[in-house]
Amino acid sequence: MTPRQTEILYRICWTIALLLLAVPFVFPFLWMISGGFKSTTEIFGAPTLIPRVWRIENFAEVFTYQPFARQYFNSLYIAVTVTVLTLFIASLTGYALARIRFAGAGLLMLFLVIALMVPEEVTIIPNFFLIRAMGLIDTHWPLILLPVFGPQGVMATFLMRQFFLALPRELEEAGKMDGLSRFGIWWAIALPMSRPALAAVAVITFLHSWNLFLEPLIFLSSIEKFTLPLALSNFNDSYGLPLWNLQLAATSLAVVPILIIYLIAQRQIVESFALSGVKG
Amino acid sequence: MARSVSAPRLTLKTREMLEAWLFVSPTFIGFLIFFLGPLVAIFYYSTTEWNLLSQQATFVGLHNFQNALLENPDFWHVVRNSVIFALGLVPLNMALALSLALALSRPFFGVVFFRTIFFAPVITSAIAWAIVWKFMLQGEGGAVNQMLAWVGIDGPNWLREPNWAMAAVIVTRVIKMVGLNMILYIAALQSIPRDYEEAAKLEGASRLQIFRMITWPLLAPTTLVIMVLTTIGSFKVFDHIYQMTGGGPENGTLVLAFYIYQQGFKFFNVGYAAALALIMFAIVMALTLVQVMLRRREME
Repeated sequence: MTPRQTEILYRICWTIALLLLAVPFVFPFLWMISGGFKSTTEIFGAPTLIPRVWRIENFAEVFTYQPFARQYFNSLYIAVTVTVLTLFIASLTGYALARIRFAGAGLLMLFLVIALMVPEEVTIIPNFFLIRAMGLIDTHWPLILLPVFGPQGVMATFLMRQFFLALPRELEEAGKMDGLSRFGIWWAIALPMSRPALAAVAVITFLHSWNLFLEPLIFLSSIEKFTLPLALSNFNDSYGLPLWNLQLAATSLAVVPILIIYLIAQRQIVESFALSGVKG
Repeated sequence: MARSVSAPRLTLKTREMLEAWLFVSPTFIGFLIFFLGPLVAIFYYSTTEWNLLSQQATFVGLHNFQNALLENPDFWHVVRNSVIFALGLVPLNMALALSLALALSRPFFGVVFFRTIFFAPVITSAIAWAIVWKFMLQGEGGAVNQMLAWVGIDGPNWLREPNWAMAAVIVTRVIKMVGLNMILYIAALQSIPRDYEEAAKLEGASRLQIFRMITWPLLAPTTLVIMVLTTIGSFKVFDHIYQMTGGGPENGTLVLAFYIYQQGFKFFNVGYAAALALIMFAIVMALTLVQVMLRRREME
């Protein structure tokens, strides 16, 4: 065999291996959607990927079994709020840490590094009592405040600082000459230049909030205040057994839109995670 | 004269500092309230016993730690489970991540397709992922056992038998998270200059030799970071276990993060849960320190 032929054979083997390996990554999504369309009898019968009868009513029942539209909206508005707040606060702090020399900057950096290392599980117990003392149990406030000021927000701050450090100073100097204030420079010059970093922070922050589970589980008790992950785990009959077809239909409704966005903006999303993974 | 020059400079500096603190104040205030305060408080909580009825805390010294480390057999069972989980997950995750990265770090037809697929579970909610796998891993009529039946294997009732349940939560967690390590490895592989490999090829080195002598040593820093992050992550796993097994069967998948949740928020043993949280903190810190030390040794 010529080296070229060996190379081709090698490629083919790899591709087949990869296709086989891809099955447990892809199949759950297909099985989830297919299960969402099945009837109760079919779901416990011999499994088929294509439902024999497409039961679209499942998707309507999801909304009557729980206030699912409301829960969907909760997840959405909380994730958007957390993302906007995180972008604002993290880029302000990140900018100051990157560009202004001030007393206490070193200490603050040290604090933030520690905050990054401490697992959320460590602070969640005192935070529970704090939130309770504030009278914010069974509200969405803890789901907004804890991520924004917790490790997730700190990581966003570090990402922003890292990005600002790499920006050229000249434009900001020019802004200073034009009489812009610090705030003006940050808003009008630094922020527009840091769109890639802001986008990366937005992606990971949004997904983190969207998928958050421990905090909703601990803080929420009213069903109409639930967020999606909590709602999904709640499709059970009166014996506590899962109502599989409804649960899978609801899970599809929660997962598929995110998957579609991911397929469209795949490169951007993967890069955001690569960036945060390297820094974190 | 000297004074009039130095005075405005001083005010400028003060102004700069005020501005800076104004910029960082939201982060700083949030940090004090939701991080530093709780971090101090957890030490206090860990020395108390909480009475649910009277809502009173009694000081009990180190009793909660003593209880965990010496008296309560559950604790060591949970630690054992967490260690088994980590020992199963970390090598499997890293070996798979590296293999995928090696296969997908070069441009070829279909590379984006495969990367997209292997990364997709990472962006998916852990609860959703666990729901679907729990559905597929049912003892009877589950998709996994159905497929195994085609090749003549009689699959176990995965999530109802302690050992199989542990294996199942490990493997499904690896499938969920391996994409993240894969892209970190791909980024590291792509930063290795191609010349090294070309030179080795000219010398007649085989693929395996190139990997062992060039690629693997150059990946060492990345491997170290990934190893520590993955290990820490494995000790923190919660939602996956919560949804798939609820810590069962027979506490077979009861891991540390879940145990803390159970003790603190289900049984309201707040003091005991606080002590557990601090033990977890110590484990994570130790792992981080090991990473820093190994890194330093490597740089020398």
